[in-house]
This record gives sequence, C-alpha cells and structure tokens, in this order.
Amino acid sequence: MRERADQGVSRAAGRGAGSAAVAPAVRMSGVCKFFGPVQANSEASLEVQAGEIHAVVGENGAGKSTLLRVLAGLYAPDGGTVEVFGRDVTGWSTSDAIAAGVGMVHQHFMLVPTLTVAENVVLGREPMSGLTYDRATAESRLETLSRESGLACVPSRLVSELSVGEAQRVEILKTLYRGATLLILDEPAAVLSPPEVDELWRVLRTVRDAGATIVLVTHKLDELMEVTDRITVMRHGKTVMRLRTSETTPAAIATAMVGRAVRLDANGMPVGADAAALGLAASTDEDAGAADDHGAELDGASVSEAWTAILDAGAPPDEMIVSSARNRITRSAPAAIISAPTPTYADVPRLRITALTVPGPRSPRAVGALSLSIAPGEILGLAGVEGNGQTELIEAIAGLRATTSGTITVDGTDVTRYSIGKRLALGITHIPEDRQTRGLVLDYSIADNLILGRQTHFSRSGRIDRARTLAFAEDRIKAFDIRPADPNALARSLSGGNQQKIVVAREMPADFRVLLAAQPTRGVDVGAIEFIHDQLRAARCAGKAILLVSAELHEILALSDRVAVMYRGRIVTILPRAAASEDVLGPFMTGAAS
Amino acid sequence: MRAATSAAIEDGVLPTLTALLVALVAGDLLILSYGQAPGEVWRLMMSGTWGNAYGIGQVLYKATTLVFTGLSVAIGLRAGLFNIGAESQLAAGGFCAAALGLLLPTGMTPWLAIPMCLLAAMLGGALVGFIPGVLRARFGAHEVIATIMLNFVVLALLNWAISATGLAVPETLHTPPVASSSIPRLAAFFPVFHGSAANGTILLALMAVTVSAWLLFRSRFGYELRATGLQPLAAESAGIRVPRIWMMAMVLGGAVAGLGGSNFVLGYKNYFEDGFNGGAGFLGIAVALVGRNNPFGVLLAALFFATLSQGGLAIHALVPKQMVEVLEGIVILAVAVSVPEVRRLLRARPAPSATTLPVTV
Repeated sequence: MRERADQGVSRAAGRGAGSAAVAPAVRMSGVCKFFGPVQANSEASLEVQAGEIHAVVGENGAGKSTLLRVLAGLYAPDGGTVEVFGRDVTGWSTSDAIAAGVGMVHQHFMLVPTLTVAENVVLGREPMSGLTYDRATAESRLETLSRESGLACVPSRLVSELSVGEAQRVEILKTLYRGATLLILDEPAAVLSPPEVDELWRVLRTVRDAGATIVLVTHKLDELMEVTDRITVMRHGKTVMRLRTSETTPAAIATAMVGRAVRLDANGMPVGADAAALGLAASTDEDAGAADDHGAELDGASVSEAWTAILDAGAPPDEMIVSSARNRITRSAPAAIISAPTPTYADVPRLRITALTVPGPRSPRAVGALSLSIAPGEILGLAGVEGNGQTELIEAIAGLRATTSGTITVDGTDVTRYSIGKRLALGITHIPEDRQTRGLVLDYSIADNLILGRQTHFSRSGRIDRARTLAFAEDRIKAFDIRPADPNALARSLSGGNQQKIVVAREMPADFRVLLAAQPTRGVDVGAIEFIHDQLRAARCAGKAILLVSAELHEILALSDRVAVMYRGRIVTILPRAAASEDVLGPFMTGAAS
Repeated sequence: MRAATSAAIEDGVLPTLTALLVALVAGDLLILSYGQAPGEVWRLMMSGTWGNAYGIGQVLYKATTLVFTGLSVAIGLRAGLFNIGAESQLAAGGFCAAALGLLLPTGMTPWLAIPMCLLAAMLGGALVGFIPGVLRARFGAHEVIATIMLNFVVLALLNWAISATGLAVPETLHTPPVASSSIPRLAAFFPVFHGSAANGTILLALMAVTVSAWLLFRSRFGYELRATGLQPLAAESAGIRVPRIWMMAMVLGGAVAGLGGSNFVLGYKNYFEDGFNGGAGFLGIAVALVGRNNPFGVLLAALFFATLSQGGLAIHALVPKQMVEVLEGIVILAVAVSVPEVRRLLRARPAPSATTLPVTV
C-alpha cells in the first residue's frame, strides 16, 4: 500500500515540481469566505498537483467543505483567487466548473431512486433516437465508461435497489460521464460501511490511475494514509500545513488539525483523556507529556507563518516537511487500552432484552427473537455490517418502533409497552444515528435543542422558563465545548461535530440509566471523537449501561467491555473484549461463522 | 441575541418589503396600461381607506376576519400542516354562534350571551378542524386533501341548513337577527366611525394575536408544536406525541377561524348569512404566508390585505377593482419567491428557513 502511495507522490512530484511550466491542477490562495458574521475561510490555500489524490483534513468547522465548495463553484469567495489548470476561475459557477471538467460528489447523493443506473448517469445529456430516450446507447456508453474507469456497475438496475456504496459509485460515474478530470468528494467515506470504504479507496485509486485528479475531505486518518498522495491540514478556516502522506503519521496530522496532541490507539482512534486516570493506559502519562511538547512545537502561528513564507517564496510545496517530530508521539499500546475494569454483573442487569422480535421496513423479522443484557457500568458493543437489524433494535428499545414479541426491562421494570416519553423519563436515552433528522431540530437554537425531550422539566405552568433554559444551555455549552458558545445560535449553523455534541450533551444527563448510542461519532472530527469517547467512558464508570452501535469496528473495540455481533437480526456471538479482534469478529459479521 | 434579532428581521421583514416593492411596480404598470396615472390611483386608494374614519373602519372590519383566518393557517403551518379549511371553519363558527344566539332567551344579558356565542363559534370551527386533524393523526390522511374536501361538505351542509330547514327568513338566505348577543359597533363609542362595520371583535382579534404569540413562542405546547412542524422525527424521538400535536393544531386552528365568524355574525349583521365567509378563509392563507406565520406578522398582513380589498372599491372609478386581486396574487407570489432570493442577495446563512416550506406544497 505504502509503496503505491510513494509512487503516486513521486509521479505527481515529477509532473508538478519537476517541470515548473506545468500548472498545478488546483491553486487556491488567500481564499476568504464569510457567512454573515462567521468567517468560514480566512486566507485559506490549497494546491493540488495533477494526477494525485489529495486529502483536506481538519476539525469540524475548520472550513474544509467551504473551501471545496468554492472550488466547485457552489460559493463565490469573498477574497482570494482560484486557479484550475492554470486558468483563473475565481468566482465561477457550478456549470462553468462542470464544463471545465470539475465535478463534485456530494455527501448526500443526488440520484433519482426510481430511475436505472444508466438513466441516472446520463440524466441531463441523454442520448436520443429521434424524440425518445435511446436506452441501448446510454447503457452501452455506461458500460464503456465502466470498463475504462474500472468502476463496476449494472446499468439496468434501479438506483433504489443499490446499497449506499454502490450509489456512491454511480455518483462518481455520473461525474466522470460529464467529463470530469478533477473530482471533489466531500466526506465520501462517512456514509459507508467498512467493506464499502475499502472499495471506495480502490475505486479512487483506479480513477486516479486513469488520469484524474481527486480532492477529498475525510476524517478517517488511518485510511487516508493508505490512499492519498498529499494532505492539506486546515484549522479555524486557515490552511496550516501541507504534507506528503509518505512523510507523516496519523498522529502528526491529528496534532496539526487540533493544535494540540491527540493520543491515538493502534487503529487511529483517539484515546480518551481519562484513560490514564482510570488506569487504562499505563504508559500514557509520559507519552502525553512528549506529545504536548510536540503539539507546542507545531502549534499556532509559527507553522502557518513558515508555510506562508514558503508559499510567498514560491518554493514548491514538496519542500514542506513536517516529519521532524512524528516519532516522538508514542502510540498507546492497544493492550493497555483494553484492560478495562471488569464490570460487576449484578443480579439485575440494567437493560435486559428477552426474545425480542421487531419488524423492519423490509422484513417482518428485522430483529428475530433477540436476547441480551447489559450490566451497570458496562458498554456492550454491537458490531455488524449495517442493515442487519441494529437500527431496528435500537429504535425498538427507544420506543420508536413497535415490537411483535419479547420484553425489554430496565432495572427490572418492564418497559415494553411504555411510550417514548415514559422511557425517557425512566432514563433510557438515545443518540440517534441520523442526528439531523432524529437528533436535532435544526432551526431551533442550541438552547432549545438542549432541552428537547426534557422541556417539561424546563417549564412552569405551561410556560418554558427561558432563564433556566439559557442557564442550563450555558452550562452544557461550556462542559461540552460546543462552538459557537452562543445558546441562541441555530443548530443548523453549527458544524457536524458540534451538532453531535449537542445531542450527546442532551442524551447524557446525570440521571440516565441506559444509553443507546448509535454511530455516536459518525462524521465527527478527531477532537470531538476523543471527547465523546471520554464521555462514554465516564458514563460507564458512573454505572450506566451503554449499548453502542458503530460502523467503526475500531470504535467498538476501543470502548466495549463485551462485543456482540449481529447478523440478519440475530446475535451470532458475544465475546469479552479480550477475546475480540477484527480477525475474530470478521467471519461472524459476514455470516461465515456462527 | 442581537444576531438572532437581526436574523429575524432579515427573515421576516425583508422578503415582505421586497414583495411589496415588486407589487407596487407591477401595480404601476397595470395602472399605466389602463391609461391612468399611478400616483393618482394610489392616492385615491389611500384616501378611500386610511384617509377617512369610515374607510379606516371598513379596513379594520375586514382585517379582523383576516386576522382570525390568518392565525388559523399560521398555527397549522407552524405544526407542519397546511390548513386549507379556514373557509369552512369560519363559516361553521359563524353558524354555530348564530344558532346558539337564536336558542338563547331574548332577554338574556349580553354579558352572558356573548361569551356563550363566542364559545359556540370556537366549538363549531374546532369541530370542522378536528375532522381532518383526527384523519391525519389516526390514519395519515393528508390534511390538504381532507380540508379542501371538507370545505365543500361543510359549506354545502350550511347551505342546506339555512335554505331547507326553515331556519332562514323567507325569501333570504339568512337567519333572523340574534338580538341578545350583539357585539357593539365601534361607532357606539366613537361616532366618527358611523356607518362602518368595525366592531368590538377587533379587541378579540388583538387578544387572539397576543395569545397565539404566547402560545407559539413562550409555552411548552408551542415549543412542542414548532418542533413537530420543523423536524417531526426529532420531536418523536424526544417523546413528543406527534399525532396528538397535529390534532391539537387543527382543532386550535379551527377554533380560531371559527371565532372569526363572530365578526360578521355578532358584530356586523347580527345574523348568519349563507356565504358570509366570502373567501376570507382562503385569503387567510395569503395572510399567514405574508405574515411569515408570526402572529404579529399576521396582524400586519391582515391590515395590508384589508386595505387592498377596501381600496379596490375606492379606485373602481379609475381602474377595475379586480386589479387589487391581481396585486394580491403578485404579493403572494413575490413573498414566496423573495424569501430565498433576499437571503442570497444578503449572503446570509445558507439554510432555507422551514417556514418557506408551505410554498412548495
């Protein structure tokens, strides 16, 4: 893998720096973009060589998406210049961009589900025979494109039948069909399951090897090491550095992103600040000290100034080497992280599920006669490929989905017939997997979102107590470092990570008993992941029961006391953390073992 | 807080002002096409409405009904429902007020009779709102279809009740007068309003605006109602019983529209007349839209549309009064269009406001 990346770099370097006459695919400099009083980009820069895969990384709200949307013509910049293949295109429109071969693949797909793959790809420029759509030509063109680009697809299938990963491939094909030579992808991996992510990286390499240039935003530091040639790191709307992938480490990137050291485990997942306090990681103290020094070295103005100086001097970006300190961040040994205190299995588990059957949208037994129990102070990780009943199980426990048989008890109380509100009052809380539709009212303020579900506690004789709501919000905003720290800011205006912090802050009040955490860190930046993991660990120590569903096996292994694997609506195995690993779990997840 | 306020102004006021400007220009062109001077027509319109006490009284009278129907639609929209049924809710409210008034003994004190009739008006409207509400909550029937169809049913039923049951005064389509529960006209206190239909129901309308604003933006019920309208799945996850909110919103909207029936029945003619609603329920949709679903915005929008409608009569000598109907249409269209456009011009926050949703229905 690494070898491939190196080749990519040398090739790109050969084209870019080697011959000064060849313009880079993208050169953005001094880009500023305001949204009202909020400055999303200030003097941001981006330089991408032709034929490379270039990742833009940074915390949520660092301005990555904004910068790429400026590049794709979705936003006009308030300052700065944008050059594509040497041509000044500052302030162009999306149609200009498409005409120039710049295509953006959005996080939320723009496909028509009732049309076939081929129809979606050619939509807007359909081949016609006379007055009718020429289906045969469309499908044969797509087959040619599919063969040339190495992206497999079945042109005659309906898009509604496709998995998320397949739909994304159709999006990429659509962009290529329109003649894109520069692909922009905004968090392409966020919506995919692990096997689909691997497939995506394969696809992107194929597309690059066919001559395209790719710019993408991602949060998956470990994986971008495998697939990208170069990386641009952004912080607070500014570009803080650019590096060659082959000369850096996930830890160094994370440090540059956050502006301080972030401890990562072997899988690139951050390790909680309280890990040391809990005695989970014996060696962390020392490492953290070293890492802090490192963070200070890299932090703040010095780096960006140095970078600016280099840019001003016109030196090729390849000269920017930030590998000096990378070996000084010692990764915490995985063995140290996992030695969590053994939960005390009380006579009465906090959450007990007995022979629960839940109908789903596609199957009458999305969850089939499933039983499990979670002790106080235990995190049970529920692993499995998405779509095997995890969502239905969580929704049934939360009361959002009707069950056909079986019981759910919390601390001995049968809640199977309880309303959602009654379950909330009893202390069953829920971090839903789709925060934007289930977790938040986007057009409510942060304060109003923080009391959602507990509005009864914050009202007196039918009236919402504004003063108490605001005081509570100020407190939560401070405790969870929600930015901006303005209780009246609309949730919609926040970045994904800060939106998720609102949900987490709300769903983890002092007195909850059972937390259903579905994809708690999906699409969230490293700093926020670390924070949310800390919260989950702290809740475990406070005797809560947590059911954790995550598409990230790393996350499940980093947090869980026991790991259950769900396959086709059943739990096929439950292992103590010490016995679980990716190798052991993999066959269960795919149904190969049972 | 200041940012929130300026955002509210940006969202609420600017699109409306833009729309009015567009309508003004379109009106100029229309007037010119009739060979008249725009300045002269506008002047005539102002002097026929706000230029004298009678005109003011008529505008206030027309605005009163529009406030009620506008609030009815706005409450529904805040809960995510498009209530097209304000027309029949208004009519049913008026009918119930008159029917009860006729049943009450003639010598009854107005202090008791009027509140009872107002209650009857609210119950009548609420019943008409309840039907689509419960159909939506229990069976998922779309409220737009249900309210439109119910308009036909209810208005036909009222027509039957008045014409085929001997309730009406012979040779007319209205009931005998309801003496005991008449709301006094403004002219009773301010003789200058003599001849105009404006009456004490105005105070009721102002109360309805204040109470609705409190209910929507200060109360827990309003918090839950708006959450349901903006993000029903999130509301459901928070334990809010969404179908119940939908039903309550329709019942409440129906009650408010029904109360509006008292303006004509108790305040103006003192009897129920078939067809008195005369489109005020449908115009309520425009009032809610232009008022941005804010009760105080509804109040201003109601005054605006009442002015146009009364002004149409004043300018009839120069241009056809249908011109104001064209202007009404232009204002509604312009508001619908200008909401996102204004924001783009100002480079404001990227997200579309949820209150623009009804436009797409």
